[in-house]
Amino acid sequence: MDFQLPDNVEEFRSEIKEFIDAEWPESLRNKSQTEISYEEERTFCKKLAKKGWLVMSLPEEYGGKRRSILEQYIFQETMAYYGAPYGTTATTIVAPTLMRYGTDEQKSTFIPRIAAGEIDFALGYSEPNAGTDLASLQLRAELDGDEYVLNGTKMFTSLAHKADYCWLAARTDTDAPKHKGISLFIVDMKAPGITTRPLWTMGGGRTNQTFWDNVRVPVSQRIGEENQGWYYVATALDFERIGVFPVSRVRRQFDRLVEYVRTADFGGYRPAQDPDVRRRIADLSTDLEVAQMLSYRAAWMVSQGQVPNYEAAMVKIFGTELQQRLTHTATQVLELYGQLLEGSPHAPANGYFEQAYEAAVMPTFGAGSNEILRQIIAARGMGLPRG
Amino acid sequence: MDLALTENQQMLKTAARDFIEKEYPWQKVRDIQESETGFSQETWRQVTKLGWPGLPFPEAYGGTAGDLLDAAVLLEEIGRGLLPSPFTSTVILCGLPILEFGTAEQRDDFLPPIASGQRVMAFALTEADPRYEASSVTLEARRDGDAYVLNGRKLFVRDANIADHLLVVARTGDGGAPEGGITLFLVDATTPGIETALLKSAAMDRQCDVTFADVRVPASRVLGKEGEGWPIVEWVLQRGVLAECAELVGVMQKVLETSVEYAKNRVQFGRPIGSFQAIQFKVADMATDVDGARFITYHAIWRLTEGQPAGDDIARAKIWVSDASRRVVREGHQIHGGIGFIKEHFLYLYFRRAKTGELMFGTADAHRRTLAASLLD
Ligand SMILES: Cc1cc2nc3c(=O)[nH]c(=O)nc-3n(C[C@H](O)[C@H](O)[C@H](O)COP(=O)(O)OP(=O)(O)OC[C@H]3O[C@@H](n4cnc5c(N)ncnc54)[C@H](O)[C@@H]3O)c2cc1C
Repeated sequence: MDFQLPDNVEEFRSEIKEFIDAEWPESLRNKSQTEISYEEERTFCKKLAKKGWLVMSLPEEYGGKRRSILEQYIFQETMAYYGAPYGTTATTIVAPTLMRYGTDEQKSTFIPRIAAGEIDFALGYSEPNAGTDLASLQLRAELDGDEYVLNGTKMFTSLAHKADYCWLAARTDTDAPKHKGISLFIVDMKAPGITTRPLWTMGGGRTNQTFWDNVRVPVSQRIGEENQGWYYVATALDFERIGVFPVSRVRRQFDRLVEYVRTADFGGYRPAQDPDVRRRIADLSTDLEVAQMLSYRAAWMVSQGQVPNYEAAMVKIFGTELQQRLTHTATQVLELYGQLLEGSPHAPANGYFEQAYEAAVMPTFGAGSNEILRQIIAARGMGLPRG
Repeated sequence: MDLALTENQQMLKTAARDFIEKEYPWQKVRDIQESETGFSQETWRQVTKLGWPGLPFPEAYGGTAGDLLDAAVLLEEIGRGLLPSPFTSTVILCGLPILEFGTAEQRDDFLPPIASGQRVMAFALTEADPRYEASSVTLEARRDGDAYVLNGRKLFVRDANIADHLLVVARTGDGGAPEGGITLFLVDATTPGIETALLKSAAMDRQCDVTFADVRVPASRVLGKEGEGWPIVEWVLQRGVLAECAELVGVMQKVLETSVEYAKNRVQFGRPIGSFQAIQFKVADMATDVDGARFITYHAIWRLTEGQPAGDDIARAKIWVSDASRRVVREGHQIHGGIGFIKEHFLYLYFRRAKTGELMFGTADAHRRTLAASLLD
């Protein structure tokens, strides 16, 4: 056994760190989600693009670097640690799916601009009645000449108010079994008929509900074959396996907690001296290491050409639930200061920990709900019969 | 043994629930929370008409001679509907100790206006060191002729921004141990030298930063005896802990009810999500947490009202309720999925109310220390 990352990966990590120090300085790292603007993120992504890091797994003719799996892994972990933007719908779903299933024209139209950080995509999967059961989506796409006409409602279409395009899943066959009547489209967000309603979320973010009223999209912007969309959606999720949940995101919160608690002095009360606080910090540190090991294991498997389908589920479940434990512990060890919101007088780190506690609610049901993932571990992993 | 509510308590509960459900949908609660004072005079007028502020006071003071159990029934409903009100501050944390420890004159002065809703009060204990310990009290009160002069700062004081009077815990001397030298004062909130600033707490429950600069308080406004205030503070804290627990039981109850409803109606994979065992297990755990919280709280209150030793039971109640309320809200969110993550959803208010409640009147860990000390030392 050897837990040491290869030298080239460690070197790459240092290079990333230098880049972050220069381009995503301390002042941005500690900003809350409400304070970082979309424009700041876009500007940063363009700088990533210049380094060839925005779509680093792609071949060079498309702006990539053919980086190894472990390099990609360390990139994600490092970026996530510093709260820097890195993977978007465009880079993690659109580009790899187009590489596999797109037409030459689609590839040449979209991939270079994605690689350059010039265009951005919203993700139009979820609907009011299709969440975990995504395949039951109903937004209708009907063929009319050389265009499809879209009608329906999408829920949680994040970035719809900013993005240039939407990567949209729609129903093209209402009679077929639900998995067999879905197609994927790239829709220009400036197309007439799209209305966006903001939904403000806990933790200070924004997503949207979007209404699609006779929106027209050329057949040339359908991805792959008609009614094969579900298959493409599912394989796209596979690209995400090593990035399901960057453990470093929790490590960052842990480090900030430790840093804060170490010097905190509440009118003479020093939490760092409190045995209960010390025990909790030690437990969190241990949990974090377990999360890290599970995450290394999944990444290592991918780097060996194996498919970590239940091992990746463990990373996501353990990491997201640890994040909830960590953030609630953080608010708890800060005593009554822990419940002060961003902008309140006396709020520790301007409410960072309380806000992190709010934001930690979502990852346990988003991006593969932990209930479903537990079934995957039990059935695929441990071989139990399916319920 | 009889674990049911009395007929009167049941009537009180039903009336409170009907009133809050009809008059205070959560959007209205949120609007009040987000208003400048976080309080609505109109709400307080309405609940006064229902007789709430007079509930635990003798009829001689204009009350209806109820007890702490009756108050808990009410508080549970206040928690269930998140009704913004200074009920706990005024009635439980200030009115009750005045009734118990006040002079005849103080009682005559304070209790009738409290019972009739004319006077709102706030209990000012916690400071920069926010723990509920005698050693945390540093606000200084110096004797000067027939008055005291107060200097210092209080933090996390609920309702100080709307209170007419404050019950202030101060240090009048170095009494050897931290528990010595503590004195309580009934302070007119309009006295020169008092500055109040609103904090933004998760529960949006009007917690304040209150500074005292040379605030003169007549010696006749000492509650209890000079230097012997700490046992009164402990007496108040016991009731404060239980009031908070009772409200949190209501918070949990609401999250449970709505999550069960949601699990019945939300369909994924062609079935209500409540038919999946993963969701059923959550609901079962939530229900157990809520029932456990309710009975451990009411049991502690019952012992207190019966005059039995209740310290351990009160600590157990807060340990359980602090942790269980967090678990229930978490599972409620998990059951609701994305829709519950939107700020425009009532769950957000319950999530934040629970966070404040978890910490208010001592964290679970603080009460674990108390309980362990009582059991082991
Ligand atoms: C802030 C935010 C941003 C988002 N951004 C996007 C986006 O950009 N694009 C997009 O398409 N979507 C987005 N989503 C949607 C997200 O993917 C969904 O919230 C997620 O898929 C869960 O779906 P749901 O919210 O409808 O919950 P539901 O599917 O209704 O699930 C509710 C609960 O039921 C459980 N459950 C469901 N089925 C089962 C089962 N078979 N067995 C056991 N338990 C089950 C779930 O685990 C969950 O606990 C976003 C969501 C949020 C909150």
